[in-house]
Amino acid sequence: MIEFRFHPLRLLTALLRPLDPALMLILGALLGYAFVLIASASPERMDSQIVHVGVALAAMWLVASVPIQRLLSLALPLYVLGVLLLVAVELFGEVSKGAQRWLDVGVTRIQPSELMKIAMPLMLAWYFQQREGRIGVADFLVAAGLLALPVGLVVVQPDLGTSLLVAASGVYVIFFAGLPWKLIVPVAVVGIVGIGSIVAFGDTLCQPGVDWQVLREYQKNRVCTLLDPTTDPLGKGFHIIQSTIAIGSGGVFGKGWLSGTQTHLAFLPERHTDFVFAVLAEEFGLMGTLVLLLIYLLLLARGLQIAMNAATLGARLLAGAMTMVFFTYAFVNMGMVSGILPVVGVPLPFISYGGTALVTLCLGVGILMSIQRSRTAGSA
Amino acid sequence: MTEFAPEQRAARFRRRVVVAGLFMFACLALLAARFHHLQVARHEYYLTRAEDNRIALMPVSPNRGAIVDRNGVPLARNYSAYTLEITPSAVADLGATIDALGEIVAIDERDRQRFRKLLAESRNFEGVPIRSRLSDEEVARFVAQRYRFPGVDVQARLFREYPEGASASHVIGYIGRINTRDVEAIEGRGEEANYRGSSHIGKAGLERSYEAELHGRTGYDEVEVNAGGGAVRALSRTPAVQGNDLELTLDIELQKVAEKAFGERRGALVAIEPSTGGVLALVSTPTFDPNLFVDGISVPDWKALNESPDHPLLNRAIYSTYPPGSTYKPFMALAGLESGKRTITQRMPDPGYFMFGGHRFMDDKVGGHGMVDLHKSIVVSCNTYYYQLANDLGIDGIAAFMAPFGFGARTGIDVPGEAEGVLPSPAWKQRRFRKPEQQRWYGGETISVGIGQGYNAFTPLQLANALATLVNDGKMFRPHVVRYVVDAATGARRMIEPEPMRVLDLDPRHLAAVRAAMEDVNRTGTGARAFRGADYTSGGKTGTAQVFSLRGQRYVAGRLAERLRDHSWFIAYAPADAPSIALAVLVENGGFGSASAAPIARQVLDYHLLHARRDEPAAEDPEAVAEGE
Repeated sequence: MIEFRFHPLRLLTALLRPLDPALMLILGALLGYAFVLIASASPERMDSQIVHVGVALAAMWLVASVPIQRLLSLALPLYVLGVLLLVAVELFGEVSKGAQRWLDVGVTRIQPSELMKIAMPLMLAWYFQQREGRIGVADFLVAAGLLALPVGLVVVQPDLGTSLLVAASGVYVIFFAGLPWKLIVPVAVVGIVGIGSIVAFGDTLCQPGVDWQVLREYQKNRVCTLLDPTTDPLGKGFHIIQSTIAIGSGGVFGKGWLSGTQTHLAFLPERHTDFVFAVLAEEFGLMGTLVLLLIYLLLLARGLQIAMNAATLGARLLAGAMTMVFFTYAFVNMGMVSGILPVVGVPLPFISYGGTALVTLCLGVGILMSIQRSRTAGSA
Repeated sequence: MTEFAPEQRAARFRRRVVVAGLFMFACLALLAARFHHLQVARHEYYLTRAEDNRIALMPVSPNRGAIVDRNGVPLARNYSAYTLEITPSAVADLGATIDALGEIVAIDERDRQRFRKLLAESRNFEGVPIRSRLSDEEVARFVAQRYRFPGVDVQARLFREYPEGASASHVIGYIGRINTRDVEAIEGRGEEANYRGSSHIGKAGLERSYEAELHGRTGYDEVEVNAGGGAVRALSRTPAVQGNDLELTLDIELQKVAEKAFGERRGALVAIEPSTGGVLALVSTPTFDPNLFVDGISVPDWKALNESPDHPLLNRAIYSTYPPGSTYKPFMALAGLESGKRTITQRMPDPGYFMFGGHRFMDDKVGGHGMVDLHKSIVVSCNTYYYQLANDLGIDGIAAFMAPFGFGARTGIDVPGEAEGVLPSPAWKQRRFRKPEQQRWYGGETISVGIGQGYNAFTPLQLANALATLVNDGKMFRPHVVRYVVDAATGARRMIEPEPMRVLDLDPRHLAAVRAAMEDVNRTGTGARAFRGADYTSGGKTGTAQVFSLRGQRYVAGRLAERLRDHSWFIAYAPADAPSIALAVLVENGGFGSASAAPIARQVLDYHLLHARRDEPAAEDPEAVAEGE
């Protein structure tokens, strides 16, 4: 009898040991929120989302229980594997919804670009760790090359959303590794001024007959559709128009759970995946959106705290980059759904329905936990 | 190691973390501001829109423009029929649904295969067709049991039809279902919005090259929807704008006469109106039925077309290249006159061969033609005259004279898929070959080029257009099959290629001398037998393109396998004084030009000059005046 009472407890402690309590709380809040929203947006998918969450948490636990230096030592093989798989996709990949992203490996289909979201920052963090103490301009060039190869392969699939995330994950590592400000500032200034001027003078620039010199006519049309969705009212424009209506009509307190008219009259496209935020905003209003922002802020804060306290350079870079990747998911998705960013296929992290992205994100959380634990283990 | 990294570096990292934290906070604050803007400041506006939002936009596909020949005979048109469509997102089990549907309407393996392919390529939540062209009975059977099939619907759709079938199929081409490559092309042109709701696109021929004209503009229906998302009633409509019609220069009756004249033989014919560059007939035999392609060609049909040794899908008129043989001689003669290397009256002896570099270049006639001037050289097709002339002009001289006639260059015709061909020159050889010994130009090669053999490789279209230019006093048009693009709604007509592309500076006396000789070809020379008793005057020239090098042996057609026999050429124009038609005929493995190609030319000229419906100028002139204003 005693043994029966004693053993489950020991097992539980063993199971919980790798997990960071703060991150677990935050993750629990996000996943709970996700279930509430899926129950409204697409209740028939509840069962499979439960399976997704189970798989993702198991993956997270697995990664969290591996010391971070061990994970970093896997960086190069994972990176090479990822690049090879991306090349294989290019050569033998399956076409689905107009893009070549999937690779059929007999039992299942895999999406190698997803692996790259983890392998990319891991690889660069490992690289900079190898070069610690003598990082120079040449290292940033090498890092840029390591970044450009897989990003290029994802861009040609074509998958704008994923290539953006893979690129961002690498750029963040490079940033934390100490890329000089004199290189960052000019690029940022040019980008902000360029985008700003297009947005400010969009109406004039998009008149027919205005020649943009550097861009071809069709490229100009793309940019103009982003600025004025009404020019493509049946496609991407329609999504944005309908999702802003959903958000705006939610008001301060929302229309109430299961009561969103936009959601339930099927005006919202992809309402359980990329546009799930609009469901949240419609049914729970500004309060609901601010709560979500707050949970994300807590996640980012905890991530940066782990980065600050990390024991090694590689761990620091990885923790910082992972945190900013979470941020990028959240910012790009909410920005797109609320109509301030172009439509690229990026899900709302931990909330959107779907297994692949959830597993990737939970692996990221697992990495943070592993870093946190490796630090306490080292100092203890 | 790392634990003792200098404090400076750790401090820098912490500073960066702070910067990153501030940046992320700022971005999320920006989002919060945006949410405040949408949900508080503009809440009333969006709430009203949400309440009014019972309106969905549905694309309305435009009718594709029709294609008619120069006399208004329809060559491509639309007809209405029913399709059975499945909306995948609304169906739980696709396989079971299709099986159940198969008990009501006939669905074969081909339909299933096509459905799977379309499903994989579909990007949105639109219906994917499982069966097209339902019979009335099938529609009735399905409608009676529709309640069993949520997400399945019958739609009235327009289908494309080519009433003339295999005639002129290489010109008109065909449409087919939009595939992933087409989608990329459409996105590349920024035309996504206009193709929303379109299922087909031009894949070949004019259907492809004039896609932008034929397709039209997609319209939108604003539809009020109920809580289930189903359409209740139409509120307003932005009508689709029908695609423009194409009126061709092609005469389909003439085309059919030409196709019939070929019989079972492989070959090509291009007939051009010299004064406009309009193509009257563009034949490539064998042909194929474009109707097979519209809904996705079946595997056996595709195999039959693709694996046939006669290559029916190949457009020989614009893509296959052949040496022009003796049809090159009128152009060579003109080169001799224009360069001053020859005069019209100058005579030279023909012993039956021409010696060059220790090698005898033989004439067809044993013992030669005696004394030969320019006129006779064309009428009897004397090789020796041109061996000598080619040697005098030199390969660069020949290439420089022929290039402006369009030899070895794409003419720019509005039918897609044109080949460039080869106008041989030392510079071309340099580009074409890798090894230095192959790159060298030999004098003997110039001699072969002079009688239209050797490396010369031109399309029938190039030859026809060069002839049209020659008989049009050097005024060269870009050949075109479409005469007018017609706005179906207003009837406004826009003319294609009204102006000459270039004008060659040629001495009229030289042109007259060459044309006089070509007229005598059909009167007394190598074309006389085919043109005996014609009720009009004409000019022509036979030609034979060598397929197989005999290395000095005498050519006896019967001894060679059919596919190794020479190609037969004939070029002709009529009436002689003011030609309304100039053509080039090629019969693959047809032997001598006088025997197989010339009779085809005769039949086509007979029809065009004696039977063809004439243009009615009275009907066209008011339009022309209206356009001039």
